This record gives sequence, C-alpha cells and structure tokens, in this order.
Amino acid sequence: MIELIDFHLNHKPTQLRVESSRRLLWVLRTDLNLTGTKCGCEAGLCGACTVLIDDQAARSCQVPVGEIKNKQVVTIEGLARNGQLHPLQESFIEHDALQCGFCTPGMILQAYSLLQSNPHPTEKEIRQGMKDNLCRCGPHQRIVAAIAGAARGMKGEKR
Amino acid sequence: MITLLPHEMDPEEAASSPSFDRRQFLQFLGCGIVVYFLDLDWIPAQEARRPSRDEQGLPSDFNAFLHVGEDGRVTCFTGKIEMGQGIITSLTQMIAEELDLDDGHVDMLMGDTDRCPWDMGTFGSRTTKYFGPALRQAAAEARAVLIELAVEHLKVPKEQLTTKAGAVQEINHPEHRVSYAALTKGKQIERHLGQAPALKPAKTYTHCGKPLRRRDGLEKVTGKAQYAGDIRLPGMLYAKILRLPAHGAKLTGVDISAAEKIDGMKVVRDGDLVAALHPLPDIAERGLAALKAQFEQPVAKVDDNTLFQYLSGFNPEGETIAQSGNLEKGKELAASLFEETYHTRYVAHATIETHTALVQVQGGKATVWASTQRPFGARDEVAQVLGITAKDVRVITPFVGAGFGGKSRNLQVVQAARLAKLTGRPVQVSWSREDEFFHDTFMPAAIVKIQSGLTASQQMSLWDYHVYYAGDRGSATFYDVPHHRTTSYGGWSGAPGTHPFGTGAWRAPACNTNTFARESHVDLMAAKVGADPLAFRLANLKDPRMQRVLETVKGRFGWVSANSPSRRGQGMACGIYLGTYIAAMAEIEVDQKSGKIAVKRIVCAQDMGEIINPEGARQQMEGALMMGLGYALTEEIHFKGGDVLDRNFDSYQIPRFSWLPKIDALLVDNPEVPAQGGGEPAITLMGGLIANALSDATGARLFELPLSPARVLKVLSTL
Repeated sequence: MIELIDFHLNHKPTQLRVESSRRLLWVLRTDLNLTGTKCGCEAGLCGACTVLIDDQAARSCQVPVGEIKNKQVVTIEGLARNGQLHPLQESFIEHDALQCGFCTPGMILQAYSLLQSNPHPTEKEIRQGMKDNLCRCGPHQRIVAAIAGAARGMKGEKR
Repeated sequence: MITLLPHEMDPEEAASSPSFDRRQFLQFLGCGIVVYFLDLDWIPAQEARRPSRDEQGLPSDFNAFLHVGEDGRVTCFTGKIEMGQGIITSLTQMIAEELDLDDGHVDMLMGDTDRCPWDMGTFGSRTTKYFGPALRQAAAEARAVLIELAVEHLKVPKEQLTTKAGAVQEINHPEHRVSYAALTKGKQIERHLGQAPALKPAKTYTHCGKPLRRRDGLEKVTGKAQYAGDIRLPGMLYAKILRLPAHGAKLTGVDISAAEKIDGMKVVRDGDLVAALHPLPDIAERGLAALKAQFEQPVAKVDDNTLFQYLSGFNPEGETIAQSGNLEKGKELAASLFEETYHTRYVAHATIETHTALVQVQGGKATVWASTQRPFGARDEVAQVLGITAKDVRVITPFVGAGFGGKSRNLQVVQAARLAKLTGRPVQVSWSREDEFFHDTFMPAAIVKIQSGLTASQQMSLWDYHVYYAGDRGSATFYDVPHHRTTSYGGWSGAPGTHPFGTGAWRAPACNTNTFARESHVDLMAAKVGADPLAFRLANLKDPRMQRVLETVKGRFGWVSANSPSRRGQGMACGIYLGTYIAAMAEIEVDQKSGKIAVKRIVCAQDMGEIINPEGARQQMEGALMMGLGYALTEEIHFKGGDVLDRNFDSYQIPRFSWLPKIDALLVDNPEVPAQGGGEPAITLMGGLIANALSDATGARLFELPLSPARVLKVLSTL
C-alpha cells in the first residue's frame, strides 16, 4: 500500500510516498541515496544495516518503512553534527578500529545505541552489547577499545 | 587528505569517458614528472599472463606510474586494490619516505584499469614484498629528477642539494629552497626507471617504520566510502538472479508470467541466466520470488558425513615438494614412530560485502564498478562475454568490502555485463547472502597424513608428509629432520569433479591446513614423549628467525615449562608463510558440559622483515587471529551433494565480539630482511594453536577442524 510517511531523517523533516511494506534499508539506499547503510545478510543477522530509530539501534533490513512514521531516523550520514564528528567516529579513527569498513557504519550506530542505554560500559558489557554485529576482518579488539574510549571522551575524560 | 580519484569521479562522467591512449593519458596527468616503473611482482609470476601492452600505445617496460604534479602532490597509479588490508596507507608511507614529503600530499589511484597499468591482482601478501621496493625506487627516481631541476633553478650543484618537506633545498642553506610544485610547473617530464638511485638508508627514515593511522578512516566512519554497490547511474536496474538448487542441477523450465506482472519488472532469460530486474532492488527480489522454475537435480554423491570417505576415492597425482635423506634410514633411527591423519573442512570467505558489480554498456564500450581483487581479470572476462576488446572495457574498483581470496572470482561481474547488454540499461548485480554462500569458492576440505619418528634423544629422524587437496604452500617442514619428504596431491582449486562446488584460495591458502596438521603432530610427539612443547620445538629446529619469534612469544605470554597435558589449557603453534615467521601461544577454557571452547588470550609474534607501518601490521595480525578463530572453532560448510545447506549467518557462525580473547600482537624487529607480507601469516596458526591448547586442557586431541562443541564432546567422552 502506498502511503505518505512523515518522519525525521538525519534531523530534518522528511516526507516519503512509498509502499509502506518496503524495508527501510532499501528505501534509504535507493530512494534516498543514503548508501552509508549497508546490506550484509538481509536477515537481521549481521548488523551492517543498523540505523538509529528514536536513538535505538535497529536493523533497517527488517523494518518496514511504514513503521518509521513520526519517528527520528539517523543513519551514519547524520551522526556528525555541524561538521563535527561524533566522539565514536573520532574514536574509531584514532584506534584504527576498522579495516575494509563495510560493517563500520553499523558498528558505530550499534555502539551509539549501547552508550545511550549504558554510558559507562565495562569491556565485557561492550562485547556483549556488540555481539550481534558481525565483522569479518577482525578489528574487534580495537572496536571495543574505540567504544570504551568514546565513552570516556563523552564524559570529558581522556580517550 | 587522500583523494581516490576513481571514487570521486562522477559515475556518469566516468561511464562516458573513453579509454585513454598515451596522449590522452599524459593530458589527463597534466604537467609534472611521471616515472614509469616495473612492479617486481611482474617477474616471473605475472610474465606468463602479460597481455599485449601496445594495445593502449603505452610503453611496455613498466606496470606502474608515479606522478609528481605541478601542485606538488604525488600520485601513485596501481592496479592493486584496497580491501581493508591497509596498503593505501603503507604504500603512501613508502612514497613519502623516498620523496621527503608529508604523507598528506600523496594520493593513491587504485584498481582503475584505464588509469592504472595492468596488474595480476591483489592477493598472497605480495603488495609490500614485491610492489613496495619498485615503488620506492620510482619515488627515488622522481626525487633525483626534482634535484636535477633544482640545480638549474637554484644554481647550485646537485651534490649540495637535498630534499625536505616537499622541496629541494641547499644542504648548508636550507632557506635557499624551491618546492616540488614550483619545479614541475609547466613541465612534462617522462622517465623510465632504469638504474634507480640508491634508496634511503633505514636509519634516516622519517615515515617508514613509524606508525601511521589508516588513511581511509574518515571516509569509512562517515559512510562516505563508496563500495561497488553504492554507485548509482540514471536508469539503472537491480538484478536478482535465479540460483540453481544445487551445483550440477539443470534448469528445465521457468514460468515468468507472475513476475512479469509486477509493475516495472523486467525478466530476462538467456540460456542458463534467468534474472528479475527492477529499478528498486527489493522489488526485483519480489520478481525473483515470483519465478516458478523447475530443475533437474542429480542424486547427491556426497555430504558432510561421507566427505572424507568420498575424497579418499580420488587419486590425484602427487608432487614432491621437499625431500632429503632417506626415509627408511629415518625409520631405522627412530625409537618411536607416529602416524596420524588430519582433516579440515570447507570454509567460506563470508565477507560482509557480497560480490557486487555495476555494468554499463554504451556505444560498444563497457564501464564496470566491481568488488574484485582482480580488476584486470574482470576487464578481460567482460570483454570476452560482450565480444568486445579489452581496451573498450574500463573496470573501476571502489573500496572492496574484504576479499580473502574470494573476490578473485568475478562471476558477478560477468552476470552484470550480460544483463546490461541484454537490457540496454546499467545493471547492478549484488549477490544475496544465500548467493554468496552458494557461489563461494571455499577453502577446500583436505586430508593430511603424517608419519614421523623420534630418536631416543627426542630428535626428529623421520618426517613423511602427504597433503591432499589443500595445496602445497607451507607444506614443507622447517623442523630439522634429516630424513624427510613432503608430497602434495591436488591444489586448492581442485580438479574438476573432485569437490561438489567451487574451491579456491582462502586467506593464506593451503597454509591453514598444513600448519594445523604439522603443529598438531609436533605437539602430539612432544606429549607422547613427555616433553615440554616449547622445549621440544626449540630442540628440533635451527632457524634463528623461528627461535626468535618463539622466544618473543614465550616472554610476553609467560610460558612456564610443563609437560602436556598440563591442564592449564595452554598451547602453541609456529610457522613460516612466504618469508614471514610467526609463533603464537594461547590459553583456553573448555566447558566440559557443552564442549564449547573459549579462547581467553593469544600472544602472537611476527618477523616480517623490515616493517613499513607497525600499526598496520599489528592490525593485520589481530584481524587474522580473530578471523582464524572461526575456522578453528565453528566454521564448516554443511552440504548435500552440490546443495550448500548453509545460507546465512545463523547456521554458519563466524567470530563475534563475545568470542574476543585478549590479543597481543608483537612485531619482531628484523630490518636486515626486506619487507615481507603480513596480511595472512598469523591466521595460519589458529587451527593448530587451539587444537594444541585443547589437548593440553583435557588430554584429548582432535584431528579434525573445526573444533566444534560436538567434536569436543565426542572426544571427551572417549577419555
């Protein structure tokens, strides 16, 4: 069913006329040309397509676009504000916490969501919170350090 | 900032720009100095496949360029690609070093078949080892040209000149200087690298050997980094391709009527290729789902239960890889003999980015964006399938979402090219995860048989090693055995009909299997004679580089000598991969109830000769160890005949954050040896390392990978 969907995309009011059962991932990547959100498995198993819906990590390959009505959607393109990278983005760069980079947008947004619910996670809590985001290149140790560093940075401590 | 020209170019513009000839290439480069040079990797491996170079009217005695532009920026043009391994950073350091330049003034233009000279592909930890030295020489040549230009400009003899921070200056009067930009302005100078000037001595390095942060970080954390699936062209269609239910099956009929009724759907049938295409990828999927196909499927001759019995039915020809002494003599000298068989299973590449390509065919020319480790291979394959010449095909390689050998195969590019020609529209093929598992060229299942002997004084006297289907890389032993022989039967690509699906190179091909078998067997001998596994290894090898990596690991790990099984759950493994030495120790915990292995920590030391970017090298080691946990613990393809039963990351488990051990990656400084590769070596240790730790923890040894909970429980039940 074609519907008119009003929502906020990367902090801007947005209106879409789309078939509401289509998955958010494909609407973002094709209709809206926001290609930072990646497709890895289309089954909610890898986390490459992770976006924020009302500040919570969500697998955009599983979310019908009809469900985002009146919600705030943030993709990796919208995380930096006013030309300022988010502390997580800075910390991923500082820790070289990526390799091929394909899973990176999903990793960063999952970590954002994790820090929303737990601003001071232990390393174990980070590993637990990130366990359903898959990465094949293996910089996991650096990603954990980058998230812990960003959490400290957001408290004003040394990353 | 780095500028990746092929990525930044407007796709439409790129698609409409024709192949360059020599004149156009120089025009494209603009003013400045261009140094043509020969990647040493060309000789001899590339020589056999070298295409005719005069087709583009370009010189034939080089396969890379370095360009110093009149803005003072230096650009390297290479057919190598960036897939996470970090050469975009380490190659930059080499150029910055030889040219005395800020690394921010170096650009890399990679994997564009029209702009970069021919290259075999990016694999085998070869870029730093073979391409690196040639690149440095070219940079040194460019520096020599700049100094020559400065002689005229500064009116000072060249002996009194040096380079610093992108300028040539007088040694004794550094303020008397001229920038590279000023020197190259308005000039067009071409040089072929012949006798290269001397490279900088290592002790004067300001870039190489120093850690440099990844140059692709900013693009990758902001979502700006483009991969093949991110390229958009007007009018493009997304294709979803009908997949056979099994390898060896045949399509006997297909009803496309329901699919065709979907608004905007195009259905193409061309022989074996059936695809649903739509301007939206998710709607194209609906088209695929609406196809009603019938197949003829052969009876499965093998599944994962009968695999090794099945493989034993083939008798591939053996090739002697190494041999010395007399095996009979070795047997006579032995006080104890050991004979074991080791098995490894099919393992997927499972990159998070699936194989993807976008192809536009226009006016007899094709432009391709592909996730590939072999852009020039893709170019030739597209030319062939479209019936055009290679010079009319341009392959552009954006960032690649990892490869590990899996993206050496370009099937998706060929599919997209066929569909683009048939529809007259740009077509993107991006495999689903199910497609990816089905079409993958797995690490081959393999069998290793070893007979060995030890003298009464615990010296190896005999080593008779037979490896089937894995390949010979890393098969020859480096232990000091007077009477030994290594024989390899069948390579990793597999003779047709051997494997029920495709197999091929998988990160450190052959070497994962060979290291698992060798290091398990060495550990087993040590345990049988009641020796400490480290002392046993050190007593049976003479190579000082191997001794050094073992000692380095020992120190950091805090290895305390003990006979195995010590019940501490500690194990070790070591190996050589194409000139790089590695050793590791690990500590594990085994859950006796579930059979699950938790790896608590890993210490790994690597001697890769001269190190260009220590941070990059450590990243590769850490990544390899983490990735290797998968084939060691869980990863195996389940199948029935040509039907690949694993379709996604639910049944096929790759390492995740909850598995993460504490990883210590140590680099052993060895500047005497030229830089060797570092992307693969560490992963080769993981099977043997964890199998040995399991044996140490429980007294039970598994002779087959992966060390899955079911296998662990089974072997524990036999104790």
